[in-house]
Amino acid sequence: MSHLLEMENIRIRFRSKNRIRALLDRDRDPYIDAVCGVSLNIGAGETFAIVGESGAGKTTLARSIIGLVSPQEGHVRFEGNELLRLSDSDFKIYRREIAMMFQDPVGCLSPRLTVRSLITEPFKIHGLKDCDLNVEAARLLDMVGLPSTFAGHYPYQLSGGQARRVGVARALALSPRLIIADEPTAGLDVSVQGEVLNLMARLQMEMGISFMVITHNLAVVRHISDRMAIMYLGRFLETGPTDEIFANPRHPYTHALLSATPDPDPDAPKTRVELQGEIPSLMNRPSGCEFHTRCPYVEDRCRTRFPDLETVGPEHDLHCYTPIADIGHRIAKAE
Amino acid sequence: MTDTQSNRVDVLNISDLSVSFHTERGMVRALRNISFTIPDRRIVGLVGESGCGKSTLINSILNLLAENAHIVSGVIDFEGQDILKMTPDQLRAVRGNRISVVFQDPMTSLNPVLSIERQMIDIQYRDHLNKSEKVARAGRMLNRVGIPDPENRLSNYLHQFSGGMRQRIAIAMALMANPALLIADEPTTALDATLEAQIIQRLRKLQSDLECSILFVSHHLGLVADFCDNVVVMYAGEMVESGTVRDIFHRPTHPYTRALLECDPARIKIKTRHLPMIPGSIPDLLHLPQRCIFINRCQESEKECRAGSPKLMEIAPGHFVSCHLCAGEGV
Repeated sequence: MSHLLEMENIRIRFRSKNRIRALLDRDRDPYIDAVCGVSLNIGAGETFAIVGESGAGKTTLARSIIGLVSPQEGHVRFEGNELLRLSDSDFKIYRREIAMMFQDPVGCLSPRLTVRSLITEPFKIHGLKDCDLNVEAARLLDMVGLPSTFAGHYPYQLSGGQARRVGVARALALSPRLIIADEPTAGLDVSVQGEVLNLMARLQMEMGISFMVITHNLAVVRHISDRMAIMYLGRFLETGPTDEIFANPRHPYTHALLSATPDPDPDAPKTRVELQGEIPSLMNRPSGCEFHTRCPYVEDRCRTRFPDLETVGPEHDLHCYTPIADIGHRIAKAE
Repeated sequence: MTDTQSNRVDVLNISDLSVSFHTERGMVRALRNISFTIPDRRIVGLVGESGCGKSTLINSILNLLAENAHIVSGVIDFEGQDILKMTPDQLRAVRGNRISVVFQDPMTSLNPVLSIERQMIDIQYRDHLNKSEKVARAGRMLNRVGIPDPENRLSNYLHQFSGGMRQRIAIAMALMANPALLIADEPTTALDATLEAQIIQRLRKLQSDLECSILFVSHHLGLVADFCDNVVVMYAGEMVESGTVRDIFHRPTHPYTRALLECDPARIKIKTRHLPMIPGSIPDLLHLPQRCIFINRCQESEKECRAGSPKLMEIAPGHFVSCHLCAGEGV
């Protein structure tokens, strides 16, 4: 399968101290690694989900694709073309192909612009003057299932679900090939989140758009994604087909994460793996495997060296010295 | 302190509470005829979508409503006294002491420029202890909520703690006063699943140790099912259903409760790209129709639904539903 997007060994670092403070502290490496050696690929028409808690580096990774943060190391290739270290004008072509839906559905819409201006702004930015913006606005609103009268509304007049639809419409404006959806259901009620996810599914079917979905809602990931990655402190611990990971999680963290999600049934059997301790801070990243401070199966070597990538199944990769065995540790599913 | 309540059945008893807000566009009828009780040492879950009046209800319980709020009717009986009729002095004795709150985001509910020690001493202003005793008590409380090495961490500031730790500190502070009722307003929304499980586990342990009741506000149905004894479901300012956690999750009766449960992707065991949803939107609270409020989104509405608002009915002991269609049914 040819890949639409490939990321290879991405490392994104942020300075944690200014130069003087670093000199005073004799700190030779005053940086934190927000993303550390991440590789992934997304095929055409595929949905790839990244799961992880806040601070794991999901959003930073996504922002590096559209050039909002620049990785220190690694490669980002879109249809084989390197995106990193491109000049702004060279990058502009790819910004039409890759769109982003930001996390806060209302916050990412300027309160002073009408819906029409918001969703047609991409045309102006990219100098597409020969299209009729009113027609385009109506087309986009229709595509996301909003009446065309919404063109004159301001963001404060929209509900959360409607604002999210406007965000989708704006992402769709230039017919992108890849949409990065950062927490597409955050802040939405259960009854509305289905609406947005179904809309994304429909658009994918009709237009073959690839999605990269960032979320911490595992129940959603299971239904909407083809492949997924579990991220912890800037690293992918496990990557694989969604069905396979849910049926057969191999990394202890994945296992704990899946088992910690309570079933909405008061009498469901509780097979919860309880983790001890807190997520370490990026400022003092643990040595070796980052998860060793909370891992129930920790061994000595986990503390010294980060495990290499191991392929345990078709497209199923993980970094762990002590993976959970195939049989015997399966999460007891309710059915 | 808790001994005096040991023979009391309900910590909080809300009956027929209606709250409206005066606005330029008219009266917003935010809460209408809310009645439920929080029994002693029980955890009551409050479920509902944004705009259903959860926050207004919490603010009413704390008597912290905005100035344009108008209490149309109702009594909020807390330990035998109506909160809505309390004097400012009486309220001060209740708030933060007998009723305390854990908010959604500890980063905004705690002060970032004061050390944890300072804040935890300040909250004990009622207790006649000297400073070192207060510090020791703060340390013990931090230990109870699961913060390792509490004595040394007391001098830290909020930004030096991780998200899970911050929420633990907020819980420690809320429980310092040994409250009879703890209101937890989406306390784990900002945390990931593994930490959420840890915090809930800890909260459950503290609740049984301290013998308090909890009003647990959440939209996470899985957590509510796991953690609560009773559940109250609200929609557009009305209570549509209430009962034990098994009534609500095993025998949901109101069409809204059923639709809400169906929408939860965690309940759908077979992978699907077409998730259920509730079409339509909540009614405008300015112009409420004189009929069932869920009628425009209800899959089952019939003629009789147009005839006035349904009354809350007890269809089984402790299981209340407000729906015309359930009127004839008994369980």
